[in-house]
Amino acid sequence: MNKLHKKQADPRLVSIIKLAIMAVGGQGGSVLTNWIEDCARANGYAVQATSVAGVAQRTGATIYYIEMAPAGEMEPVFSLMPAAGDVDILIAAEMMEAGRAIMRGFVTPDRTTLIASSHRALAVSEKTVPGDGMANSDEVAAAAEIAAQRLVLFDMNKIAVENGTVISASLFGALAGSGTLPFSRDSFEAAIKASGRGVEKSLAAFSAAVDAVENGQPEEPAGQDGLEPGTKASGSERLLSAYRTLESRVANMPEPVADMALRGLQSVVDFQDIRYGKEYLDRLDKVLERDDPAKDHALACEAAKYIARAMTYDDVIRVADLKTRSSRFERVRRYMDPQEGTRMKITEFMHPRAEEMVGMLPARLGRYLNGRPGAMKMIDRLVNRGRRLRSDRLWPFLQLYVLGGIRRWRRATFRHAIERNHLQNWLDTALGYVSGDYDLAVEIIRNRRLIKGYSDTHARGLSKFDKVMEGASIVAGRPDAADWVRRLREAALQDEKGEALDGALQTIRSFTEPQAAA
Amino acid sequence: MAERSFAKEVQKLKLGEGETFTSEGILAITKALLENGVGYVGGYQGAPISHLMDVLSDAEEILDELGVRFEANASEAAATAMLAASVHYPIRGAVTFKGAVGVNVASDALANLASGGVTGGALIIVGEDYGEGSSIMQERSHAFAMKSQVWLLDPRPNLPSIVKAVEQGFELSEASNTPVMLMVRIRSCHVTGSFVARDNRPPELSVREALSNPQSNYARVVLPPMSFVQEQDKINNRWPAAQKYITENRLNEIFGPADGEIGIVLQGGMYNSVIRALQRLGLADIYGKSEVPLYVLNVTYPIVPEEFADFCEGKSSILVVEEGQPEFIEQALGAALYKAGSDISLHGKDMLPMAGEYTGQVMLDGIEAFLRAEAPELLPAQRRAPNSEEKIEIPDLSKTVPIRPPGFCTGCPERPIFAALKMTEQEHGKHQITGDIGCHLFASLPPFEIGGSTMGYGLGPASNAAFDGGGERRPISIIGDGGFWHNGLSSSIGNAVYNKSDGVIVVVDNYYSAATGGQDILSSRADNETKSTGHLIAEAVKGVGVKWVRQIDRTYDVPKMRKILDEALSTDHVGPKVIVASSECMLNRQRRERPLTAKAIQDGRRVEKPRFGVDEDVCTGDHACIRLSGCPSLSLKKLDDPLRDDPVASIDESCVGCGNCGEVADAAVLCPSFYRADIVHNPGRLEQMMSDLSQAIIGWLQARRSQKRLEFS
Repeated sequence: MNKLHKKQADPRLVSIIKLAIMAVGGQGGSVLTNWIEDCARANGYAVQATSVAGVAQRTGATIYYIEMAPAGEMEPVFSLMPAAGDVDILIAAEMMEAGRAIMRGFVTPDRTTLIASSHRALAVSEKTVPGDGMANSDEVAAAAEIAAQRLVLFDMNKIAVENGTVISASLFGALAGSGTLPFSRDSFEAAIKASGRGVEKSLAAFSAAVDAVENGQPEEPAGQDGLEPGTKASGSERLLSAYRTLESRVANMPEPVADMALRGLQSVVDFQDIRYGKEYLDRLDKVLERDDPAKDHALACEAAKYIARAMTYDDVIRVADLKTRSSRFERVRRYMDPQEGTRMKITEFMHPRAEEMVGMLPARLGRYLNGRPGAMKMIDRLVNRGRRLRSDRLWPFLQLYVLGGIRRWRRATFRHAIERNHLQNWLDTALGYVSGDYDLAVEIIRNRRLIKGYSDTHARGLSKFDKVMEGASIVAGRPDAADWVRRLREAALQDEKGEALDGALQTIRSFTEPQAAA
Repeated sequence: MAERSFAKEVQKLKLGEGETFTSEGILAITKALLENGVGYVGGYQGAPISHLMDVLSDAEEILDELGVRFEANASEAAATAMLAASVHYPIRGAVTFKGAVGVNVASDALANLASGGVTGGALIIVGEDYGEGSSIMQERSHAFAMKSQVWLLDPRPNLPSIVKAVEQGFELSEASNTPVMLMVRIRSCHVTGSFVARDNRPPELSVREALSNPQSNYARVVLPPMSFVQEQDKINNRWPAAQKYITENRLNEIFGPADGEIGIVLQGGMYNSVIRALQRLGLADIYGKSEVPLYVLNVTYPIVPEEFADFCEGKSSILVVEEGQPEFIEQALGAALYKAGSDISLHGKDMLPMAGEYTGQVMLDGIEAFLRAEAPELLPAQRRAPNSEEKIEIPDLSKTVPIRPPGFCTGCPERPIFAALKMTEQEHGKHQITGDIGCHLFASLPPFEIGGSTMGYGLGPASNAAFDGGGERRPISIIGDGGFWHNGLSSSIGNAVYNKSDGVIVVVDNYYSAATGGQDILSSRADNETKSTGHLIAEAVKGVGVKWVRQIDRTYDVPKMRKILDEALSTDHVGPKVIVASSECMLNRQRRERPLTAKAIQDGRRVEKPRFGVDEDVCTGDHACIRLSGCPSLSLKKLDDPLRDDPVASIDESCVGCGNCGEVADAAVLCPSFYRADIVHNPGRLEQMMSDLSQAIIGWLQARRSQKRLEFS
C-alpha cells in the first residue's frame, strides 16, 4: 500500500506569473528585468529573476526569466528557468527571437501572451550571403498568430530610436499596455523613474509603446524607408520635352513591361543622358519584337530591368557623380541629423586601381594599355592606393566634381566599350534561345543579376556570370534547362567563393557529359 | 575599470543586524563573507562569478575598514595558493573563480592545499558554468573535489540558503581541517531575492596581525614522509569529522512526508527545478511542500551513507537527480546501497538524460517517468491517460530562424585585426592558426573563421608548438592580453623562445581582461588606485627573449596590420615573431568616454563625433564588406527600387565610428560606398566660416550641374 496520496494541484500555483524575455545582447534586457521586478515588488508581489549573461552580451541571443506571485506567509518556490508550455508572458526583443521562443515551446496557445518587436537585428549568417539571405519575418509572424494566445506585435525598436533610447523602454511600455500584469500604469512608470538614468527618454518611449498597444497601431514592415512613390522629372524645358517623347514610347508598351521600362528609362537617363535613354528603349523594342504576349511578356519585363542595370554599370564617373550631387548631401545630412550650430565633415574612401584609370581613357588607348601587363603594373603603382577625400572641402570636392563631369565623354571610354560588348553578347545569347526555349531565354536575362560590385568583387561576379552562362550552354536543349539555369544562379548567390555553384555545375556535367571510362 | 560598476550596490554591504538585504546571489555571497569574519578574499574573474570580483574590487573601502585583504589574483592557481594563509593561521579566507576551467587551472594548488589541510576556514567559491549560455566545455567541478578530497557544497538556489552555505562552509572547513568548495550555478549567481542581514564581523586574527607572529609547521608541507601521513589523516580524521559536522548540523535537508514509499535524492542546486516539476504534477504546493519525500544534498561531496540509509528506510524506490556527467553521486549512493545489502531500486540516469542541462521539460519528463514506473497512482489522472485532445499544430520555424552566436561588439578593435588576417589568408592561402580563450575566439566563427582550436587560457601559442619547426607557411597563433598575463608569458611566449619557434604570435591587447567583464590587468593603460598598471606587453615579451617584436598602437589601421603580418610571415628571422596589436576595448572606451564627450559638448568645447554611412545608390548589394566585418551596426536594408534585387549595406544608429568599415573598404579595395561623417560640435569661428564658404560654393556647383541635366525625384 502506498502511503502517499495524490492531490489536486495547489490552486495557488495558478497565481504564479511566469515571464521570459528573449533578447539579443546589448538590448537592455537586464534593465527591463529590473524594472519588471521593481514594479512587481512595489505591488506586493514576491518576485524572483534570473538571467544567463555569459557571452550573450556580445550580441548573442540571451534569456531573462522572472516569476512572481502575490506575497504570502512564506516565500514561494520559483523556478530559475522557463519551461516549454509553462510561460505566461513572453517578451521577444526582436522578430527572430520571437521565432526562437516559439521553436523552444515557450509560446503556447493555451496561455502565452507574446509581446514581440517586429524589427530585425540580422544574424551574421543572414548578412554575409552575396544575394539576399534575410530570414523571412512573415513566416515567424504567421507562426506567432497560431502559437500565441494573444499577440502584441509591432516595431518597438522604432519607437525606442525615435525617442532616443533603447528597446527595453518600449518593451516595458508594450508589456504595460498589454494589461497582462495586474499592475497600474503608474507603478510601471514609477519603476522607470526609480532607476534614475535616462528617465525622460525611457518614459517617452514607454508611453508611445503603451499608446501603440492600446490604439492597436497597425503593424508595419520594419526598416522600409519608402522610396519616391511617383518619381517626377525636373530639368530644362528642352530636356523635359525630349524626355516626354521617350516616356510616351514607354506608355505604348504592353502593360506589364511599361512600369519597369519607365523605371529603367529614368535610371539610364540619370546615368548618362536622353540619347542613352533612347538607346535603352531601342534595345528593349528589339526584345519586345521577339516576345510572346501569351507568356505575359516575361522576357521583356526582365529585359527592361536588366538592360537598364547593364547600361548603368558602376564606373568611377558614376561614383563621383553620385557622391557630388546635392541630393546625396541632403541624404547624409538627414542620416546624421546634425544639431543646430554644428558643422559636418564628410570623408570618402576611394581606392582606384589601374583598371579603373585605364577604363576612363579613350577606347583605343585603353585597349592598348590593357594589353600590356608592364604598362598596367606601372600605372597601378602610380594610382593604386587608398585615398580619403574630404568631399565637404572645396578642393577634394572639385576633384570628384570634375571626375563626375567626364560623363560627357563616357561613350568614348574603354570601359564603355567593354560594357557595350558584354551587354550585346548577353542579349544576343538570350534572344537566340527565345524561339527554342522561351523560359531559358528569360533565365539568361536574369543572370545579369550576378554582375555587381567593384574591383575584385566585380571580377568575381563576372566569373560567376560566365560560369552560369557556360552551364546554360551545356543544358540548352533539355526540357529542364531553364530550371537548371535558375538553380545555378541561386547557387552562385549563396556563397562568396562560388563553392555551391561549382558543385551544381559538376552535377550538370555528370549527367550531360558521357561518363569517363570506368 | 570593470564592465559594470557596483558602487551603488556595495553600499548594501554595510547593512546590519536584522535589516533586509535584497539583491542577486553574487552580492549575497559577498555580504555573507563579511558577516562571517573573513580575513582575506581573492580570485580570478570569469562568468558567472566576475561580478563577485567586481563587487569586491568596488568594495575595497569597506574591506579596508574591516581589515580584510583583497587580492585580484593572476590566475585561479594563484588564488588557490593564497589560501595557504589559512594553513597555519586561524584566519578565514575565500577565493572565487569559474567552475570547471578554474579548478583545472587551480588543481595543482588545490591538491597541495587539500593534502596539508587547513586551520582557518578556507572557502573556494566556484561559479559552475554549465548548460545554456555557457562559454566553456561541459564538465563538472565535482571530480576535482573528489580527487583532492575537498568538500563540495551545492546549496539550494535561493539567497537565504546560499548565505547559510557560506557560514556552514567555513565551519565545516574548520571542523574537518579541509578546504571547502561552494558551488553556485550560473542562474543562482544572478538569482534575485532577499535575506535578513547580520552585522559584518572583522576577522578575529587579521592577516596583518598574523604577519607579526609568523608560524610554520612542516607537518603541513606536502613532502614525504608527511604526505603519507596527510593521506591517512584525510581518511581517518578529516573525513569522519566532516561527516559528523554535516549530520549534526543538518547541512542536508529532508522535505516531504516521512513515510513515503518512494523518494527523490537531489543536488541542492536542482531543488527549485524538482519542485517545479512536482508542482506541475500536482505533487507540491506553491511553497514547495512536497508529497514526495526529498533528500536534498546541500553537500554533494562527501555523502553520508548513514544519513542516506535513514532516508531510504521503508522506501522501495529512489530517484537520484544529478545534473551532468559522470554520475558521481548516483554511483556513490548505488555502492552504499549495495554494501548495505539493500534491495531498494535506484533510478537516476536511466530516467533522466546522462548529458546536458536539466531544463524544466527534462525534469518534468524524468520525474514523471520515475513516478509512472514506481508509483503511477500518484500521477494525476490526466497525466496517466492524457486526453487525446487535438493539439494545435505550430509551424516549424527551424529552417527560418537563424542561429545567433556571439560576436565582436560594435567598434571592437579586434575586428580589424581579423579582417587583416582574413585578407592575408585570401592572398596567401589558409594558415595553421590556433586561438586562445577570450573575445578574439569569436573570430573562429563566421564571417572570419580564423583559428581552429582553443586549448586553454594563455595556451594559444603553446598549442601551435608542434608546428613551430616551420614549413611552407608559418603557423600563426593568437593570444589575448588576459591570457597573456594569466600564464601565456611563460607557457606560450617563453616556451616559443626556448624552442626557437618559427611561428607568428599575435597578442590581442585591448587594455583589459575584456571577455570576463573588462577588469584591469597588468598592461591596462588606466590609472588604478589600488593596482599597478601600465606594464607593456611588448616590454614583457622582450624581457623573456623575443627579438622580433612589432607594436601596433591602432589596430584599425588595416593596411598597416596587413603589412606587418606579411613581414612576420616572410622575414628570415629565427625565433618567434610577436605582433602586439593594441587598441582599447570599445565597450570600455565608450563607457569611459561617453560621459566625458557629453560634458565637453555641454561646456562648449570643440568635439568631433564620427559615424559611418553607406551611399545606398553606390552600394551594389554584394555584402563583401560584411564578410570582412560582421559588425552588429553594419546591417542590410531592402530598397524600394524594383531594379534592385539584393538588399544593400546599411549602418544603424549604434555605429561608434571606429573606422573599420572605411579601412577595410580601402585595404581590400572593396567599393567606394562607405563614407565617414563627423559632426563637429562647437566649431571655432574660423572653422565655421571656412565650412560655410565651402558649402556655399559646393552648393552653387551642384545647382549648376543639376540645371543641365534631367533629375528624378
